[in-house]
Amino acid sequence: MKPMLTGHADPLDATSEPDTHRAGPAGDGAPGATSGDHPGRPRRSLLDRAVAGPAAADAGRKLNPRTMARNPVMFVVEVGAAGTTFLWLRDLASATAQENIFAGAVTAWLWFTVLFANFAEAMAEGRGKAQAAALRRTRTETVARVRRPGGAIDEVASTALAVGDECVVEAGELIPGDGEVVQGIASVDESAITGESAPVIRESGGDRSAVTGGTRVLSDRIVLRITARAGESFLDRMIALVEGADRQKTPNEIALSILLAGLTIVFLLAVVALQPFAIYSGDPQTIVVLTALLVCLIPTTIGGLLSAIGIAGMDRLVQRNVLATSGRAVEAAGDCSTLLLDKTGTITFGNRRATRMVPAHGVDEADLARAAWLASLADETPEGRSIVDLAADMVADPGQVGPAGVFVPFTAATRMSGVDLADGRQVRKGAADAVQAWATEAGLGFPDEVVTVVGRVADGGGTPLVVADTARVLGVIQLDDVVKPGMRERFDQLRALGIRTVMVTGDNPRTARAIGAEAGVDDVLAEATPEDKLALIRSEQAGGNLVAMTGDGTNDAPALSQADVGVAMNTGTQAAKEAANMIDLDSDPTKLIEIVAIGKQLLVTRGALTTFSIANDVAKYFAIIPAMFVARHPELDRLNIMHLASPRSAILSAVVFNALVIVALIPLALRGVRVRAATAAEVLRHNLLVYGAGGLVAPFVGIKAIDLVINALGVLR
Amino acid sequence: MIRQLRPALVALALLTLATGIVYPLGMTAVAQLAMPGRADGSIVTVDGRPAGSALLAQPFDGPTWFHPRPSAAGSPGAAYDAAASGGSNLGPTNPELLATIAERAGAYRRDNGLADGTEVPIDAVTASGSGLDPDISPANARLQAPRVAAGRGLPLDPVLAAIDAATRGRTAGVLGQPRVNVVELNAGLAALGA
Amino acid sequence: MDAGALLQLMVLGVALAVTVPLLGRWLAAVYDTGQPAPLDRLFLPVEQRLYRWCGIDPDREQRWDAYARSVLMFGLVGIVGLYGLLRLQGHLPLNPTGRSGVGPLVSFNAAVSFVTNTNWQAYAGESTLSHLSQMAGLTVQNFVSAAVGMAVGAAVIRGFARSGSATIGNFWIDTVRSVTRVLLPLSIVLALFLVSQGVIQNLHGLQPVTGIDGTTQVVPGGPVASQIAIKQLGTNGGGFFNANAAHPFENPGPLSNLVQVWAILALPLAFPLAFGRLVGDRRQGRVLLAVMVGLWLTSVLVATYAETGGNSRAPAGVTQAPTTELAGGGWMEGTETRFGAAGCGLWAATTTATSSGSINCQHDSMTAVGGGTAMVNILLGELSPGGVGVGLMGLVVYAVLAVFVAGLMVGRTPEYLGKKIQATEVKLAMLYLLAAPAAILALAAASVVAGPGQAGIANPGPHGLSEVLYAFGSGAGNNGSAFGGLAAGSDWYGITVGLAMLIGRFLLIVPALGLAGSLAAKAKVPVTAGTFPTHTPLFAGLVAGVVLIVAGLTFFPALALGPMLEALQS
Repeated sequence: MKPMLTGHADPLDATSEPDTHRAGPAGDGAPGATSGDHPGRPRRSLLDRAVAGPAAADAGRKLNPRTMARNPVMFVVEVGAAGTTFLWLRDLASATAQENIFAGAVTAWLWFTVLFANFAEAMAEGRGKAQAAALRRTRTETVARVRRPGGAIDEVASTALAVGDECVVEAGELIPGDGEVVQGIASVDESAITGESAPVIRESGGDRSAVTGGTRVLSDRIVLRITARAGESFLDRMIALVEGADRQKTPNEIALSILLAGLTIVFLLAVVALQPFAIYSGDPQTIVVLTALLVCLIPTTIGGLLSAIGIAGMDRLVQRNVLATSGRAVEAAGDCSTLLLDKTGTITFGNRRATRMVPAHGVDEADLARAAWLASLADETPEGRSIVDLAADMVADPGQVGPAGVFVPFTAATRMSGVDLADGRQVRKGAADAVQAWATEAGLGFPDEVVTVVGRVADGGGTPLVVADTARVLGVIQLDDVVKPGMRERFDQLRALGIRTVMVTGDNPRTARAIGAEAGVDDVLAEATPEDKLALIRSEQAGGNLVAMTGDGTNDAPALSQADVGVAMNTGTQAAKEAANMIDLDSDPTKLIEIVAIGKQLLVTRGALTTFSIANDVAKYFAIIPAMFVARHPELDRLNIMHLASPRSAILSAVVFNALVIVALIPLALRGVRVRAATAAEVLRHNLLVYGAGGLVAPFVGIKAIDLVINALGVLR
Repeated sequence: MIRQLRPALVALALLTLATGIVYPLGMTAVAQLAMPGRADGSIVTVDGRPAGSALLAQPFDGPTWFHPRPSAAGSPGAAYDAAASGGSNLGPTNPELLATIAERAGAYRRDNGLADGTEVPIDAVTASGSGLDPDISPANARLQAPRVAAGRGLPLDPVLAAIDAATRGRTAGVLGQPRVNVVELNAGLAALGA
Repeated sequence: MDAGALLQLMVLGVALAVTVPLLGRWLAAVYDTGQPAPLDRLFLPVEQRLYRWCGIDPDREQRWDAYARSVLMFGLVGIVGLYGLLRLQGHLPLNPTGRSGVGPLVSFNAAVSFVTNTNWQAYAGESTLSHLSQMAGLTVQNFVSAAVGMAVGAAVIRGFARSGSATIGNFWIDTVRSVTRVLLPLSIVLALFLVSQGVIQNLHGLQPVTGIDGTTQVVPGGPVASQIAIKQLGTNGGGFFNANAAHPFENPGPLSNLVQVWAILALPLAFPLAFGRLVGDRRQGRVLLAVMVGLWLTSVLVATYAETGGNSRAPAGVTQAPTTELAGGGWMEGTETRFGAAGCGLWAATTTATSSGSINCQHDSMTAVGGGTAMVNILLGELSPGGVGVGLMGLVVYAVLAVFVAGLMVGRTPEYLGKKIQATEVKLAMLYLLAAPAAILALAAASVVAGPGQAGIANPGPHGLSEVLYAFGSGAGNNGSAFGGLAAGSDWYGITVGLAMLIGRFLLIVPALGLAGSLAAKAKVPVTAGTFPTHTPLFAGLVAGVVLIVAGLTFFPALALGPMLEALQS
């Protein structure tokens, strides 16, 4: 029971919050749309008051140097702020009022710089924390009824369950722990985990056997075997994840941190070396001024927002009901260049539909329709029903089976189904070769043109079914996969981003190719076995591609763990969920596309803010350097191209700008930079213009404006 | 690291042989055979005796010679020392240099009987990079011509003709600067006699 | 700037446009392992014997760390050998001028200087060295230090060209081939051409002559042309004479001047083209070439404009105005008449944009803007186009950095030429980028406040700071040119500049080789529409921008108190 394609926002616009999902073309009329507001999951605006309040408090708590040392850039700022605080207090009595105001103001703004960065991180964490709190409420302790090998039932606290225990859960009870259904079938309310209120079916065996602790059985009775120890359950992992408790730096984040630390060292050198040059030039500087210069130069903008960006990226996935087991997987999603998509349920609607009937030579089309109708009446599969619908459309009086008619069900051996009527007439429909065998046995000819039609239908991506009765072969029913609307556009967008889509299907190559062409995928893997899937992933990876895929069955597990990004459906088996590095609680396989977009967005946001941060420095030099030395070397006022009012206000303006820009960019860091469906070259040009050129220009404007304000206040001359 | 010692020693020894002995000596042999004059320093002869290189300025002084550009080569008392080439290394804003230039300009006008305020060509008052610059600008040479003519008791014309003979334009009309080789000019004057 | 200056530049441009692509192809053939190299028939038998004596298997390649160890050992042996030669020259043959052994400090400084391809000269060539020292010491290091740089450049190229490879080539083969297949043939041709222009090539000492006016003069001798040829081709720059290429015996006329400028630029500019060929995408090489040429040309135009514009502080009554027929005009202190101010600007910008460091005018005496341009070129880190081989290495590191920062903005783990740029690469790139600025800033800062450092500064005010900054920039950049006023031979500067040269050479080569090793081992990511494009003009602009911004941000404060203040004062 795979859910239909949900109504999505532009899948590549990961910035749009899920609650703003508009019904996309694919969602129109599609039953079972799961997206929209999740009752268990209150939506939060970006700067929610409920999050911002505690975050402000956390910002102060994070000043602990041991916490700060994890972030070298901001640690340098904190050390600098502490230093200037000391100097300011020490000289309070001896310095002039102006000097004190200046040193005090610089000191205060240095502290603000640290606090703003901490606040950004706390804000990002806060959203996850709120989520975790909600989840924690569902993790109430319950009493489990454990069925002992002898059949006796013990009552045990859910926290005391051991792996392998078999528990009996009846309607209305909470499932005490993660496990697999070993007996029975039940409908389960998983809204505590997924936010989805519609109950789902869980049954023993097959791909729908996994149940999660904390969810509630609504009907029937199941026996489940516990698969996770208390404290290591899915819910526990999920809480830890959204809280960011075990957050580790991702590979790209580490690389970026090295770059930022390196730049910090460069600027530390430049500023430390400046003092001897200043002494040589007869104009030594105060430590407060040098500290201000240093803080303005080191990449505090990105340094202060880096961890917030990472946390927010994870959070964006959680908002979309996807749980990633590591930030590494999120980053890898952005890198994916090959997507393996299952045909059924992802690219096409779950079922084939009858679209056409082609009568054999000399057969009336209406006769064919009537025969097809008769043969399919008892066929409860979606394909069978679609044949009935089509036949009813074609003829007004499809006929009657009559009470004496006997339905012949489909079996794997005969690969046919049909009906034996009271008058002795037998009607059969089935795979061409099966019907041919049946017809030959009955002494009927199998007309050539039927063979031709069968071939043509298969070539066109359809599935041919041949209909015959006791007298003759009547014709061919064409069953077609129906590609979900809007898929081609999505694949075009992905292609623009350099991502290849490979459709995986059990169909024969001809059918697969035809559907692939219709949907617009780049490649198809036909007659795919789980081994084929695994081999394909390996060969893609050997070619340097990163592969993302979705899966839900136990036989998907090897491929899921081999893929760089393996997304398991929450409806899937425990094995699949354990092999995957992401779990989609909505069990929506098309979400893979969104996951890729979120991964990209994470990297784009980091790159954009790094570029912005470095570009900012140019203006800061032009503000601070002339201000430092203009008293002794008036010629340097020519470098004061912003015409800042006084040396002190110039330096303070740069420091204030440096702090405020962090605050100004918190929303961008949390929301992420918009990812557009365009080639890398276009995206680069656009982002370089906005964040590179913008980063060069913005501080000139900002520092000048702050300078005007400071001078309007008239405190500092 | 020590495993690299043998190849390092052997390679350095053999490359020294090839590039430090065979190559320069081979080049010397070829140059001496094919272009002995140039390879030995483009020596000018006066009265059949070698009288220095046409490429190296000599400390011409006094009223009868064209003066080369000021030189910072060698010690202050013994400029134009071809065994110690070099420039002044004084910065463009160095007051010492600016004062020296002003002083040289005054001396130049005095020596050549020019009116106060006469514009002196920059090359006449600035030291060259090598201290051995054999060339001066044609403007500089022309300003010196009357003094040299008077000093040698010659009419101006042959002196100007000698300047023209020692003047080289831009190479191929494009490269470098028009210039007068003082060594050749003075050698030409010496040949004129008087 | 007069038309002559531009025409001269155009002639140079045409000469480069014709020759650099050919040299790029040649270099690619020389370093393409597994393919027969040019001149194999002539040199291979000799080389094979050399490898045998060295005890190396020419079929075995080295991992990056073995490659680096070879570079270091060869450098160490070179320094010790040259040091010994200079100390002992008084007792050795080919010493017609009777030079005694060079002092220990200057010997150390000179040995380090030539082995590191810097050719900073804390001594005056003609008054210090014997012909044997010039030939078997300096000329040899001119060859091999350039060859080492080329070998390292080739190894870095292989880092990008290969995939899943544990090795990056064999240092000894790369070095020997750089000498035999590239530097030696070109040097022979160039040396003979230079003799034809008047550069001397003999084994005489100082020959006293009676001058035209009867005063005594000396005419120096020596194997000059052979050394000048390789010093320019190998971006070494160390002069036979103190005045370097300003000396008429090194650079007798405008044509020899232009050919030497060509020789300085040709190989460094050919390297990116070899890079493009070997990584299998020639556009990638052309982009890097464009960055090099763009930065170089800009500096040439600025310096030429500044020098031909004259010194606004010159006393009244001195004309710097160019009159086409009679005088070139411009600022002529420290500049030779035959080259003129335009020739000075062209050479100064070229010699500092490459790591040559030879000079045809005294940089210390250049205008504030002209001298400042030379300094900025040096502080950019010697990559526009930088030294032979190592210039490409530097630019590639910057390209890696540019790809990493801006590449994130396309939403993928950044990749350059199919190689993912991750923590290891960023770490090595940052090590590379930190080493030289750290040495320059720390040593310059120490020099302007420490007594012995201050004592060595010749010019007062901001120009003095420029001298110091230039010296360490030149040392760490392995350039070797100088604002000559500085007392380079003093104990303080002898040691500190020596240190800067060692750091600027080996602390850059080792991380760059590490980078190459790490990249060579990686698989190539296939190019898709989502790949950050690195063959576009946009990328060229981006790399140039990163170079300018990183260097600018590092050195702006120091430059503000040095050349910028000086320029604003004048």
